[in-house]
Amino acid sequence: MIELTGVSKWYGRFQVLANCSMRIDKGEVVVICGPSGSGKSTLIKCINGLEPFSKGTITVDGISVGDPGTNLPKLRSRIGMVFQNFELFPHMTAGENIVLAQQKVLGRERAAAKTKAFELLTRMGLAEHAAKYPAQLSGGQQQRVAIARALAMDPIAMLFDEPTSALDPEMITEVLDVMVKLAEEGMTMAVVTHEMGFARKVADRVVFMDQGAIIEDANKEAFFGTPRSERAQLFLSKILQH
Amino acid sequence: MLGGFDFAILWANAPFLWNGMLLTMQLTALAVTGGLLFGVILAVLRLSRVHPLAWLVEGYVNFLRSMPLILVIFWFYTLVPKLIGRPVSGFYSVLIAFVMFEAAYYSEIVRAGISSVRRGQIAAAMALGLTNLQAMRYVILPQAVRNMVPVLLTQSIVMLQDTSLVYVVGLRDFLTSADIVASRDNRPTELYMFVALVFLVVCFSASRLVNRLRRRYAL
Repeated sequence: MIELTGVSKWYGRFQVLANCSMRIDKGEVVVICGPSGSGKSTLIKCINGLEPFSKGTITVDGISVGDPGTNLPKLRSRIGMVFQNFELFPHMTAGENIVLAQQKVLGRERAAAKTKAFELLTRMGLAEHAAKYPAQLSGGQQQRVAIARALAMDPIAMLFDEPTSALDPEMITEVLDVMVKLAEEGMTMAVVTHEMGFARKVADRVVFMDQGAIIEDANKEAFFGTPRSERAQLFLSKILQH
Repeated sequence: MLGGFDFAILWANAPFLWNGMLLTMQLTALAVTGGLLFGVILAVLRLSRVHPLAWLVEGYVNFLRSMPLILVIFWFYTLVPKLIGRPVSGFYSVLIAFVMFEAAYYSEIVRAGISSVRRGQIAAAMALGLTNLQAMRYVILPQAVRNMVPVLLTQSIVMLQDTSLVYVVGLRDFLTSADIVASRDNRPTELYMFVALVFLVVCFSASRLVNRLRRRYAL
């Protein structure tokens, strides 16, 4: 469903992405990990065209992201994205956050959009928070609203960019639980995260990146059993020793 | 000393002074509205990725911000009639001058307000499939306005004070009206004290309002 071929990107002379190729099939959950600055966030943002890339091709559901003729807003509306810092709109309530794009992008009736928002908030265990503003919610609650906001668009795939990195430890679980459920329901997901417990539980494949390149792309068992590259071994030993 | 004052003269000339006040308020309101509208357009153009437009706007803003307001007023007073080939009332030429001048200042405030919205907000709006315009309208501007309202109000208070400069083209604003009464009846002290008091009350209450808004919307 999502296919990257030879994607490279430079900031001036600095290469952020080096010839990255990978594919994510329908219903697959792929975890992307690696040290900070390895380009994993940039890579995931290339998939929905939030970051332009210099070389290579990315196709989502057969549509080329880098093609200047592609209707990017339309393509983006079909791919959900969850950010590290939640990025809820602070001037709108949780409910309005979820309604906005349904109305303005998908053209849904307000009543239908509200019903959908309420259903999703209920699924997230946040039904009673619909009328609250983001500032009145905890980080974990905000991130679950953000997930609901993305799901409201009925996306064909979801991208997660370090969804738990900005959260206090006790809130990480409530967000991961939601993501695990999504994965089990068969959602196609690309998840940039350091949560190896999550990867172990639901990932089909783990992609390891370093210095802009994909060093390893293996199924979960192979990756956690015996990563082939030294760098991935070193990375795993560092983040798994606690 | 104070015994020599005759404040009854204010009462006697109240309708005349009130007319002056009306003109001042009208001019301020129209100039603020027009300046703001034009300023928002300038700010959006300046932030746009169409570079020649952005540069043009930057030139305009920097040019007008380097000019003394009174020069701009003179300039439009002589320029506008020549441009459109017929005489224009002092009011309209002054109004155009104010709108063009204030827009330069407002656009900088608006630009700072827009830039103050976190970049991630734009990414989040785009990721949902909103177009650039929709992201601006529903996500960025509402937050930007909140950040800029106090500064815009402060600038508008300055604008109110600046309207007194219209005496140079013979418009009867509040100060000019007071000045006319002052010289006709030879009562400058009373009249100028009154003008000062009115400006003080208006501007002081406005700046109190700004402070309250600032506290209420502190994010």
